[in-house]
Amino acid sequence: MTITVPQTNKQPSEKLQPTGWLRYLSFSLDHKVIGIQYLICGFIFYLIGGALASAIRIELTSPVSDFMARDVYNQVLTLHGTIMIFLWIVPVVNGAFGNYLIPFYVGARDMAFPRLNAVAFWLIPPAGLMLITSYFINGAAQSGWTAYPPLSITTPAAGQIIWIISVLLLGGSSIFGGINFIVTILKLRRPGLQLMQLPMYCWAMLGTSILVVLSTPVLAGTLILLSFDIVAHTGFFNPALGGNVIVYQHLFWFYSHPAVYIMVLPAFGLVSEILPVHCRKPLFGYTTMVYSIMAIVVLGLVVWAHHMFTSGTPPWMRLFFTIATSFIAVPTGIKFFNWVATLWGGRISLNSAVLFSCGFIINFVLGGITGIALAQVPFDIHVHDTYFVVAHFHYVVYGGSVFVIFSSIYHWYPKFTGKMLNENLGRFHFLITFIGFNLCFGPQHWLGMNGMPRRVAEYDPQFTFVNQLSSVGALLMALSTLPFLWNIFQSALKGPIAGDNPWQGLTPEWLTSSPPPVENWKGEAPLVSKPYGYGVNKEESTMESVDDAQGDNNS
Amino acid sequence: MTTLAPTEQSSEKQITHKSEHGDYRLLGLITFLVADGMTFAGFFAAYLTFKAANPLLPDAIYELELPLPTLNTFLLLVSSATFHRAGQALKLDKTKLCRRWLLLTASLGIAFLVSQMVEYFTLPFGLTDNLYASTFYALTGFHGLHVTLGAIMILIVWWQARSPDGRVTSKNNFPLEAAELYWHFVDGIWVILFIILYLL
Ligand code: HEM
Ligand SMILES: [Cu+2]
Repeated sequence: MTITVPQTNKQPSEKLQPTGWLRYLSFSLDHKVIGIQYLICGFIFYLIGGALASAIRIELTSPVSDFMARDVYNQVLTLHGTIMIFLWIVPVVNGAFGNYLIPFYVGARDMAFPRLNAVAFWLIPPAGLMLITSYFINGAAQSGWTAYPPLSITTPAAGQIIWIISVLLLGGSSIFGGINFIVTILKLRRPGLQLMQLPMYCWAMLGTSILVVLSTPVLAGTLILLSFDIVAHTGFFNPALGGNVIVYQHLFWFYSHPAVYIMVLPAFGLVSEILPVHCRKPLFGYTTMVYSIMAIVVLGLVVWAHHMFTSGTPPWMRLFFTIATSFIAVPTGIKFFNWVATLWGGRISLNSAVLFSCGFIINFVLGGITGIALAQVPFDIHVHDTYFVVAHFHYVVYGGSVFVIFSSIYHWYPKFTGKMLNENLGRFHFLITFIGFNLCFGPQHWLGMNGMPRRVAEYDPQFTFVNQLSSVGALLMALSTLPFLWNIFQSALKGPIAGDNPWQGLTPEWLTSSPPPVENWKGEAPLVSKPYGYGVNKEESTMESVDDAQGDNNS
Repeated sequence: MTTLAPTEQSSEKQITHKSEHGDYRLLGLITFLVADGMTFAGFFAAYLTFKAANPLLPDAIYELELPLPTLNTFLLLVSSATFHRAGQALKLDKTKLCRRWLLLTASLGIAFLVSQMVEYFTLPFGLTDNLYASTFYALTGFHGLHVTLGAIMILIVWWQARSPDGRVTSKNNFPLEAAELYWHFVDGIWVILFIILYLL
């Protein structure tokens, strides 16, 4: 008698979900679908935020306010900042790559709480749409992404309230995501997989999620109080009613400084995954990497008042926050040297992913140096609220996180789609992005040092030429999206087949088909205890001396 | 008979997926409570900074009486104990007893809310009267919201435990444990709130 082997054992989750492209519009519980949803949704908002940035740069080509009305300029500026931070970088470096990769890295079939995961994603599109439509209804918020009172209390209320609600939704989404990552990394590891064997991105996401869980709720509480001030006319942050604006600033930065690490720590992790694969060497200094991530998490929670050096901060507080902020340079520097050492002597393939990662290293060092400069009170008093700050944070946020997002897309696109991207087009994309970026934000250091204030549509005519230079850079950045988009769509349709493991990677996501099946592996999850065991076979033994620092990670 | 195999197998596979790892829902809940606790920490920090930096304006009225909040503290502390008893009873499979303790806990929570309302209506100041009045209502209101949600959760668990083979049993006591942890958390927050707001 023949007992037919049961056909492919479809999981209930698979049966209930639509297949094909439709599943990206569904309430899918598959972590890979959710990851791609985050990525595409984030990219759409990036295009919108980029259009707003272009509007800002067009306005700033002339010293007078001629392209748009002043209050429209404020709205555009506020929307640009909020969209780029809360709807592009945070959801993509955390939600998109985190959801796609973390279950692979811990050897699980999905995240710990798939339903919560889907809810977290689906909070984002309505929040973003609400934020953008507020512009067309009664005018969007005008008080910048920081929403400092009393400005946020005195500008038109409707836009500000919608801004608060959408940031609260996005914060909630972020907290749900953070809980999910912490539990997945700590509890869902495949039996036998030690914490110190995890790929670095897991550590980065663990650190980031701790920051998310500890700091985002404080922002939420603060915004609730702010909304009371606007709607019910309480006076928490309204000096006219006996309130205190400085308390808002403290609470806001208690979230928003960690938020800069929420944007950049995952990027650190992604670079640490990409570099070893493409230069065929183990990640240099695994253990020190882990400890520096954790050091950044701890220090990141106690440096917030470096944003408030001109807010009447008492001297002892200035001293403390200058020292604490300067200390962050140590773990950050360790990571920088580790990446350089990983590249050193490696067989580097200069493809688009590596170029963007190297671009990240260069830009981030520049942004880190200006950050340290800003942490010194005497200098900061001079340049606070000038274009120098704008230059600083774009070097770390765009030059850092956004470069890494592009690097990651070039690296994992074959896994996501099963197709290869066009490398020459990718290198071209890198070249104009890198030139455009530095042309746009480099000169802003000079503008700030010479006294051009940020967030205003008009400036002293002596700054005209340098502003125009910066706008040319912005134009290049805008244009750089075109080859990228072309590449993405063209390759999805006609790109060469990638195969399971086009880069010969050793981390678990490469040990399954491209794109991977539902539940990630056909059989058992593989046990990958040496995710960076590159270059240990004979031909590559020249790297042995460097590998020593990797400790037990090489055989 | 062979046609049954796939479903049997897949349900078995489902179970192994779950039991490959111990129960991780508790860690999820604890992480959530840490986040929730940080919201309160932010509020407390704001209140204490206001106190240090913003004196009460000359003509503003802000006075609190102690008796009612002391009674409230007492109600919540007792309710934590009764919830604990409910959990113990469930472990011993004494479902009826467990449900009685649960009902008592929920009643204590509701009594707390009523007494809080009485306090609100007898206070000589309103939400927007001055900074301290606003802070008082914001803090106690946010906490009261937590008590309300907790009471609802207890009643849901009470309902789910109604039959011995129901959704809350000695083997599947996570719903009760989760609600209990949350309830202890809310009580702990109240104790801190009581000290900071009424005693300091
Ligand atoms: C890691 C990535 C980083 C990101 C994403 C980032 C982001 C930002 C942002 C957005 C601001 C502007 C806030 C505002 O006024 O609206 C800022 C300001 C500042 N950053 Fe960074 N930063 C990063 C790294 C650093 C580092 C490494 C340091 C110092 C060690 C630093 C020190 C500062 C200081 C002192 C300011 C205040 C400038 C002022 O407003 O006067 N930052 N940063
Ligand atoms: Cu900061």
